[in-house]
Amino acid sequence: MTVWEKLRPYGMVAPSIVIFSMFFIYPIFYMIYLSFYDWNFISPTKTFVGLQNFKDLLLDEDFRKVLSNTTVYTLLTVTLTTVLSLLLALWLNRKGFFHAFVQGAIFSPHIISLVSISLLWSWLMDPEYGLLNWVIGLFGFDKLQWLSHPGTALVSLVIVAVWKGLGYNTLVFIAGLQSIPSDIFEAAALDQSKPWTTFRRIILPMLSPTIFFLVIINMIGSFQVFETIAIMTQGGPVNSTNTLVYYIYENGFRFFKIGYASAAGVILLAIVGALTIIYFRLLSSRVHYR
Amino acid sequence: MATIELINISKKYKDETIIADLNLTIKDGSFTVLVGPSGCGKSTTLRMIAGLEQITGGEIRIDGKRVNETAPGHRDVAMVFQNYALYPTMTVRGNIEFGLKNRGIAKRERDTLVADIAEIVGLAPLLDRKPQQLSGGQRQRVALARAMVKKPKVFILDEPLSNLDAKLRNQMRTELIQLHKRLGTTFVYVTHDQVEAMSMGDEIVVMNKGLIQQADSPMNLYYDPANLFTAQFIGTPAMNVLDTRDVSGLMLQSESTVSHIGFRPERAQIEAGQQLDGFRISGEVMTRESLGAENIYQIKAASGVFFVKTFLEPLYEAPALSVVVPYEQLYCFGPDGKRLAGVKVQERQLAMAGGV
Ligand SMILES: Nc1ncnc2c1ncn2[C@@H]1O[C@H](COP(=O)(O)OP(=O)(O)OP(=O)(O)O)[C@@H](O)[C@H]1O
Ligand SMILES: [Mg+2]
Repeated sequence: MTVWEKLRPYGMVAPSIVIFSMFFIYPIFYMIYLSFYDWNFISPTKTFVGLQNFKDLLLDEDFRKVLSNTTVYTLLTVTLTTVLSLLLALWLNRKGFFHAFVQGAIFSPHIISLVSISLLWSWLMDPEYGLLNWVIGLFGFDKLQWLSHPGTALVSLVIVAVWKGLGYNTLVFIAGLQSIPSDIFEAAALDQSKPWTTFRRIILPMLSPTIFFLVIINMIGSFQVFETIAIMTQGGPVNSTNTLVYYIYENGFRFFKIGYASAAGVILLAIVGALTIIYFRLLSSRVHYR
Repeated sequence: MATIELINISKKYKDETIIADLNLTIKDGSFTVLVGPSGCGKSTTLRMIAGLEQITGGEIRIDGKRVNETAPGHRDVAMVFQNYALYPTMTVRGNIEFGLKNRGIAKRERDTLVADIAEIVGLAPLLDRKPQQLSGGQRQRVALARAMVKKPKVFILDEPLSNLDAKLRNQMRTELIQLHKRLGTTFVYVTHDQVEAMSMGDEIVVMNKGLIQQADSPMNLYYDPANLFTAQFIGTPAMNVLDTRDVSGLMLQSESTVSHIGFRPERAQIEAGQQLDGFRISGEVMTRESLGAENIYQIKAASGVFFVKTFLEPLYEAPALSVVVPYEQLYCFGPDGKRLAGVKVQERQLAMAGGV
């Protein structure tokens, strides 16, 4: 009886612990283990190479390009998504049919699969038959090469990511705005606060926890971008859109350099882990004003 | 300092009329208290004066100037909110000087103004704290300081003490009265607590369901209520009201029908032997409350339940009591609830014999 009562809670969480260990904990440790080996996925023997994989990575010209691509992609995506969705939230944060409609419309990309979105935008951005170039043509501008030119490909992918993320981010911002008590705005009105002052001195500081939350989860998400690249550009042209996760995928499952790919995975894990730790550290101290 | 005039004000939310045709003049330099039950439109009236709520019809004048179209910040009105509405991300100093900054007042002048106000409300050592590091009473002071520092013509306070405990509330009440004396500014104060209203206001506006029941001095409200609502709203316990059809032994001479008579619990005297002259009513004692200096009895008579309050008298333990109310202490009301003046009240037998 008492033994059963003591064991019952463990029994109840056991299934999720088992699943979590099998699919999250074990793969992470296995990846770290593999990163010290040279292995081609098929051969029965793995050769221990120590830190050689990491050394190779850091000396690899391509890997540096990949890191800088990922960083540029992340910074652009996060900045644009945050700024645009904040502006949209400020505009949509009122009642009315039209605003509700716009809010629903910009949220819909969030629930569409990234594969469909990638295919859709591949067509929209087609240099010959794409809708975007047609619209640009109407205004008399030259056609853009979009995904087919090294200079515009990464930015094109950023556009797709921003388009997809906008709805969710706006929704979170609207929730943040609505949690500000309305009498604070009334007090500000009585204090002759102009809209810009109200925004800068009251709204922005009070939204800082929300902004911080969104920036971090968007960063973590952007660092791991994969689907759009795999479908729309395959890392090209000339490596201009090759990012960390796609690079890992290529090395691991196309070139079968498992150890090498695992080493890159460990670096990704370190970056995302660091971002997460920063998030929780700061969340509990500085950004929160309460 | 300013007079506030509300002329034929009405307020609708969609189809629902909250306030219809309200007329009120708030005197320059007065401490006017709006009081009434929850949902009667006190806050709405205040917010219309401040400009936070659009008026549906009528005109608001401050200092003789029409302000219907004036933005809230430009009406020279400062408001203290029920929940203080402090800016949580700013320090106490930031909160107080925000309005000054927006008016483009220079840093040096701001600093002296803030320092002066902080001294007055006792916040000087707390200027660099954030609101969430303050107690309820201290936050209240910040809200007051933020309003005062702008030196407005009109102070508007919406139940500013309702979030404080009883002791602090009493203390702040006194402080507010003194503050009003010192500043001499027009104060418009909302509360649903009639004791607070009576103790603070020099002019009290009793509201019910969006209508002004009576606007008068505390003394007049107590001694001379205009209608049943005011009579029963002011005073603890409330005025006793009896239906005239249930009352025997009284002759009422009046031009119009008297439907109710009322008397204050503290005006009824418990008959202890000596014969007093007046309206006599007796019944079974239901409850006795002894508060030391005063005792409150709830008595059930044939004509209804009523309260009696005595001061510095022994507690009467008898199961039934008879009380006497002097005739001049009886209030008469018509069927519409209006107070009837000039009603002659006499004892029935005496009237028949004397035939006045
Ligand atoms: N935005 C609104 N939309 C619709 N009705 C409203 C709105 N604001 C207030 N009301 C209604 O107006 C009436 C008056 O409200 P008000 O806030 O002025 O009451 P109050 O006298 O201040 O009451 P309390 O003592 O509870 O604060 C209430 O019946 C309320 O339901
Ligand atoms: Mg109210």
